[in-house]
Amino acid sequence: MIISRLINKRICNATALQRAVSSTSSSQNAITSESPKHRRTSLVSPSYRFMYPEFLPDPKPEWRNLIREKLERKDMLARRSKIEMPSEFYVGSVLAVTSSDPHAAGKTSRFVGICIDRQGCGLRAKFILRNVIDHQGVEVLYDMYDPTLQKLEVLRLEKRLDDKLYYLRDCLPEFSTFDLNMEADILPEGSEVPINDTKAVLKPRPWLERWERQDLKGISNLEEFLTPKMVRQAKQRETPWEQYDLMKEYRRTIPAEEQSQIYSEVYSELHQFELARKKMKRKRNIPSKLA
Amino acid sequence: MLRTSVATAFRSFHTTTPCQEIRKLARLRVVDNSEIGKRAMAEGKPPRCIHVYNKKGVGLIGDKVLVAIRGQMKKGILVGLKQDQKTKVPKFDSNNIVLIDDNGSPLGTRIHTPIPTILRTILKEKTIAKGADYTKVLAISSRFL
Repeated sequence: MIISRLINKRICNATALQRAVSSTSSSQNAITSESPKHRRTSLVSPSYRFMYPEFLPDPKPEWRNLIREKLERKDMLARRSKIEMPSEFYVGSVLAVTSSDPHAAGKTSRFVGICIDRQGCGLRAKFILRNVIDHQGVEVLYDMYDPTLQKLEVLRLEKRLDDKLYYLRDCLPEFSTFDLNMEADILPEGSEVPINDTKAVLKPRPWLERWERQDLKGISNLEEFLTPKMVRQAKQRETPWEQYDLMKEYRRTIPAEEQSQIYSEVYSELHQFELARKKMKRKRNIPSKLA
Repeated sequence: MLRTSVATAFRSFHTTTPCQEIRKLARLRVVDNSEIGKRAMAEGKPPRCIHVYNKKGVGLIGDKVLVAIRGQMKKGILVGLKQDQKTKVPKFDSNNIVLIDDNGSPLGTRIHTPIPTILRTILKEKTIAKGADYTKVLAISSRFL
């Protein structure tokens, strides 16, 4: 089991690299056609686990329940068929959420911000948006499948250098300031999701967390605030062997076989939504070009 | 030499850790344009909470607090918290208050930070007929989230 998963992981890495270097899909097909089992599920793109991470259940064995997971997936698809939800967004993308709000004057409220974290799986999938409005940092936590959400737009689809951007709370405000009336940038079809490599500038200490211990790539001036003691302690607590820890990997992830099974189950509907969205986008773009 | 003297004259750090929860002695930030609030914030001596008017002693959004500000006692309403909030309720980078008097009318005339929309409902519920009217705080706010 572990070995097969490792091989699959290596395949995924290899495909990811291939896609990064050149966008030819021939190598992917060559790899997926190695075993007959893979040929059957080759329709499902291997990038689905990054596009739709919430469809994978929590790998903790005590919390697994196959029937509940299946029902949840059904509910998620039902919800996705009702509202405009983007096919993909990542930590670092700028989103706009319109939700119905009984407290607001117009009964709806809209918030724009950068996604600093995605957490939870299944119907409990959540994300946090951050923005600086009137010089005041504000964060809002949203449930992705909340029935009160009316619309979820991706204004800028991109990734950042880190998986979690909580350090923006301690950075200068311009790194988390986004215009509330921002227009959506639409990427050309079939293009890679760009990685935004801006490095944020930290404010001096005190900080909310010990950023020096977290191996962050998106901070430009971390070193200038560190004392020799902090550097030493960060070095003591490094765990560089963890990436080779097979058992940790095993407990943290869902096996590749199971992943492909889950995604092949939801593939047809997700693909339909994607096609419908593309159609809508084209319809919306044509009049604007004429005008 | 110069640097140390400056540091002792205007101490830019605090000797207590910032409290994520609003309880007694938590430092707050005044976000309206009342004279006393502006002075206190400009001096770098933000008000401290000395009492929370609820049964738990921990202030949540919309709760009334008593603060010590420039040697005086004033009442304020919590309009933004640093603590993790429920979904769709904004969480702020600082603990914000708006100063009010005993009738619930604010001392300032404008609030210069956004305010959560949920306060509309909370403050309406807390308002007592023929008593304190807290909804006046909503009237001076510039932006709702």
